[in-house]
Amino acid sequence: MAKKVQINLEKCKGCDLCIDVCPKAAIRKSGVSNKKGYDYVEVDIERCNGCGACYIICPDCCFIIIETAGSAR
Amino acid sequence: MAEYNNTGSDTRKVLMKGNEAVGEAAIKAGCLCYFAYPITPQTETPEYLSRRMEEENLIFLQAESEIAAINMVFGASAAGVRVMTSSSSPGISLKQEGISYIAGAELPCVIINVVRGGPGLGNIEASQADYFQSTRGGGHGDYRCIVLAPNSVQECYDMTINAFDLADYYRIPVIIQNDGIIGQLVEPFEMHPYKPMFEKLPPKKWALTGCAGREPNVVRTLYLKPPDGLEQLNRKLDERYKRIQAELRWVELFNCDKAELIIIAYGATSRIAKSAIKKHNNNGKKIGMFRPKTLWPWPDVELVEIARKNKGVKFLVIEMSTGQMLEDVLLSLMDVVPKKGILFYGMGGGWNPTPDMIYEKIAEVLAE
Amino acid sequence: MNIVKTQPKSITTESTKYCPGCGHGIVLRLIGEVVDELGIREKMILAAPVGCSVILYDYIFCDVVECAHGRAPAVGTAIKRVHPDKFVLIYQGDGDLAAIGTAEIIHAANRGENMSVIFVNNAVYGMTGGQMAPTTLIGQKTTTSPFGRTIKGMGKPIRVCELLATLEETKYLERTSIHSVRNINKTKAAIRKVFQNQLNGIGFSLVEILSMCPVGWKVSPKEAVQFIEEPLINYFPLGVYKDTE
Repeated sequence: MAKKVQINLEKCKGCDLCIDVCPKAAIRKSGVSNKKGYDYVEVDIERCNGCGACYIICPDCCFIIIETAGSAR
Repeated sequence: MAEYNNTGSDTRKVLMKGNEAVGEAAIKAGCLCYFAYPITPQTETPEYLSRRMEEENLIFLQAESEIAAINMVFGASAAGVRVMTSSSSPGISLKQEGISYIAGAELPCVIINVVRGGPGLGNIEASQADYFQSTRGGGHGDYRCIVLAPNSVQECYDMTINAFDLADYYRIPVIIQNDGIIGQLVEPFEMHPYKPMFEKLPPKKWALTGCAGREPNVVRTLYLKPPDGLEQLNRKLDERYKRIQAELRWVELFNCDKAELIIIAYGATSRIAKSAIKKHNNNGKKIGMFRPKTLWPWPDVELVEIARKNKGVKFLVIEMSTGQMLEDVLLSLMDVVPKKGILFYGMGGGWNPTPDMIYEKIAEVLAE
Repeated sequence: MNIVKTQPKSITTESTKYCPGCGHGIVLRLIGEVVDELGIREKMILAAPVGCSVILYDYIFCDVVECAHGRAPAVGTAIKRVHPDKFVLIYQGDGDLAAIGTAEIIHAANRGENMSVIFVNNAVYGMTGGQMAPTTLIGQKTTTSPFGRTIKGMGKPIRVCELLATLEETKYLERTSIHSVRNINKTKAAIRKVFQNQLNGIGFSLVEILSMCPVGWKVSPKEAVQFIEEPLINYFPLGVYKDTE
């Protein structure tokens, strides 16, 4: 069981606040626009430890924290 | 919490000031909240209610300003209860934004305006120069308030009780347009128990009471979407106002049949004028009086009927202003009476006529 | 896979109209979380302000009244007097509370109305395009202080928590910020405290939340975070200014 985040990229407004708070530097700009035209972020799932810092700082509730069946790494 | 149909005691004959009678009427009508700020010549109302509402375990609060008071009225009304405020001209000016919000949100409330001399700080004499302000909305936007004009302490009591029922029935602010004379007048009157005007009042399903068991209610006046959202609200209000205009014109006629001259006056002016009219009639003249009791809706239908029945009758509009109700008279009669048949006597700035002054003016008009 | 944490149920799942990086979005979620945790959504009546958060009624699922600018404390006073058993939340920005509504907040606080106030302080008028606010810093450029706010002619920024603390009937006043995860967590605790105080009948409680307004400040969200870190926190120190328990 491992905790990870999932992102709703259509809600992302590209504010990038999550990028700086991630302790694992697992978040980066995707370089792609969503339907609203924002350059949304994407999460490197391998690096993510599901700490939820991104959830806490995101003003748009883009993140959810899940528990996967796989291992932490 | 006060009983909605508080019947008080049996009918008693009571001696009271106009400003106090409106307060007692509010309590009889089940008013739960009263918020106000002192201003002459209506300060007796908050003073009276500060004591009476405490006795009746109701909610009295002297607000930090008239602006705060009207916003408290907005809140209490949104919360679904009967609520009142009172003030005088400069304070009513402060309330205009709040009244616009209350009207736009289709909320009921009662507002007492004891009109004094203006503009600006003015003076503390009686005046009727807030007619436009009350009958044309007063604040921004297209809206109306029902405006009732007492001319006695009895009417201060009766009309204030009616005001609460009208406000709830039509979902509209109701203004009691007093003046500094009527507010200060001390007269005996019949204090009867509360009798509802309507068999049934619409339930306040829109009220803010916490959304347990229902969808949340929103009390709002901002309509940014859809693009015609605000237009739809305005159409709805417009239809309501037309309905009120059809249903609620109140007027008192005195000696209008076969009159050669009809005085049009309301409030204190109508009482003063009546003395002069009676004196003329005792000397064989035929003077009548048309006294609107609702300033909005203005009783145009009734006035036109009088004009048609008495061909050639002249009208003398008397106001404690430079001519505000005069415009409603002119508008009503424009297809029926030539403009030269409609005369005006009045002045603003706290000018109060005496019976003698009106007597002289009528004599002058008759002599022409 | 199961969901460990998702957004609170009391607020919308739709996108808000708030700008990218705007602090209101974070505050909205914190309110939603606390409302969910305390189970008070159905007894809550929100008095919403004029400003960017005027459309709160679209974002939060409770009874809402849209108040005139600055007047929410007066509106809320009446609602709380009428429904003392309900939970009344006052939400205001810096124009609403510290400019046009200064009399209303001071007198509601002075009367000790048992209400919870959330004051979002982003040192600018966001909704109308970034004008100077009573909490704008000296030297801060806004559309109505294009050369930077000066003490002469404009005065110094108003410190609301300190001001209200002089009123003896205020029960809890705290200033927090939402520019970092640690501070967001502290803000949530403060919101919870301010809400719980009303539920416990303690009295007037307010949390002032230093918040980002990237578009109003004409900076990126990341730079907005830095603006709070310093100089905003320098002038508006975080901490508890009144705690009568």
